[in-house]
Amino acid sequence: MNNDEIVWQIVGNRFCSFRVKTNIDKLCRNEYNLTGICNMQSCPLANSQYATVKEHLGVTYLYVKTAERAHMPSKLWEKIKLPSNYTEALKIIDTELVYWPSWIKHKCKQRLTKIVQYLIRMRKLKLKGETKLVGIKKKTERRLKTREIRAEQVARLDKSIEKELLERLKSKAYGEDMPLNIKQEVWEQILADTGVEDQDDQDDQDDTELGELGSEFEMADEDEEEREYVSDVSQDSDSISDDFGDIEDFAQLTPKNKDYEYEYEYNQQKSQN
Amino acid sequence: MGISKKNLVVEPNSIKNKAKRLQLYSQQRIEKAKNKRETRKRLKLEEKDCPEAKKERLEKNVPNTQENTREFDETIAGIEFALSVKNIIPDAEFIKRGSQYSLEKIMDFCVNREYTDLLVVSEDHREPTYLTVIHLPNGPTAKFRITRVKDGKKIEGHGNPTAHKPEVILNNFSTRLGHTVGKVFASLFPQLPEFEGRQAVTFHNQRDFIFFRRHRYEFVSGKRVNLQEIGPRFTLRLQWLQKGLYDLKSGEYEWIFKPEMETSRRKFFL
Repeated sequence: MNNDEIVWQIVGNRFCSFRVKTNIDKLCRNEYNLTGICNMQSCPLANSQYATVKEHLGVTYLYVKTAERAHMPSKLWEKIKLPSNYTEALKIIDTELVYWPSWIKHKCKQRLTKIVQYLIRMRKLKLKGETKLVGIKKKTERRLKTREIRAEQVARLDKSIEKELLERLKSKAYGEDMPLNIKQEVWEQILADTGVEDQDDQDDQDDTELGELGSEFEMADEDEEEREYVSDVSQDSDSISDDFGDIEDFAQLTPKNKDYEYEYEYNQQKSQN
Repeated sequence: MGISKKNLVVEPNSIKNKAKRLQLYSQQRIEKAKNKRETRKRLKLEEKDCPEAKKERLEKNVPNTQENTREFDETIAGIEFALSVKNIIPDAEFIKRGSQYSLEKIMDFCVNREYTDLLVVSEDHREPTYLTVIHLPNGPTAKFRITRVKDGKKIEGHGNPTAHKPEVILNNFSTRLGHTVGKVFASLFPQLPEFEGRQAVTFHNQRDFIFFRRHRYEFVSGKRVNLQEIGPRFTLRLQWLQKGLYDLKSGEYEWIFKPEMETSRRKFFL
């Protein structure tokens, strides 16, 4: 025969393996405990009539124990699955524990609320995605830092930006007419420059055509192709001057000496004026 | 008044003789207290006639407290960077992200409101560390590491930006990956710049480091351009590129940096 009084006298006053003593309170580690507090009212061992709510793998169950089954420890607890709907679960607790003490009913509902809330929170956190922590490798950091500084030196940013902007101006990216962002004298100079370059190109073409006159007589069929080849050469040179991507190539692509002279003369004229 | 200036100027700390030091100190204390009393008396007399003067004095007299001498909060660093990025890109908006919404949800909001791009600045140790550029609505998404940020105002001889739409200069984006990355940057800016602003924004790739600069330019002659830096300047380094929208779980990576890919010093990806 179980006697609740005797059980509590032993468990409560002498030794209980589930009891945890803190500075303030005595707590209970038994997983069937409704409140987690060590006292007679909420002790699952010293109460032959007891009910609690537990959660396993996201499903909540109502556990009920009555004095009638006290002689069968294997079937001591009646396990009732609670629906995931909170209000329905509350109703089931009400119907299962109809004539039970209101304290147990109330605490069971409170426990259910707590479990439902933490399940919701768990799902939310899962959906949010985990933040992944990445270690900082000091050695690679240091290496990258020096490489970055070196790359910046090699890039010669100001020069490459200047070249790109001039290229845009010369290729009429700002418009065929005089653009808004430029002085008139500079525009005139650029027009003059491009005119000179055109003349150069024409000269080149003349030279090559003269050189190839002999072959023209031999193969009349390939005449057009050869002429195309000539124009391709001039296009190629244009496209190279377009491509200011690689700074290391700049040294070879500096404008012709003629242009430099021109600029020099121009500046002189300006200073004389 | 009987206050010798000499005594007030000399600091007792500097005297090594203890007896002398104490003597001077006590003397200074007495003089200071006397001074205080006298000024109070004088003020009381003066302010008896005009209460406005008293009111004015009280308003001006704000004591230094811990609250109003608070140290500069460095957490602003990341936000400051985000704000400067906002100022670079025309028609951009800055919104403090908060923790309420996940990035997926924020992307949805942005798509619904027909934004073209979403930039996320992340911050570690009170410094901006990563910049995620999401092109909406279909991607690609690129994540860059931010280093060496320098605010425009800290650059010597810096200019001030105007609201004109800038030109975009993309240098050295030569590989296929480089082209896509270049497009990601180019799509942040309006296609038609306002040339009267004479502002140019540069993304220069050198050895896989992407240097950002912003200048105002002036054509001096047919051969020379004057540049004035507006700032800010910072360096980006590509971490990964995803084809679609930001999705770390099931997104398809077009390119992702791994240390083992650095087989030689002359191997570059952009």
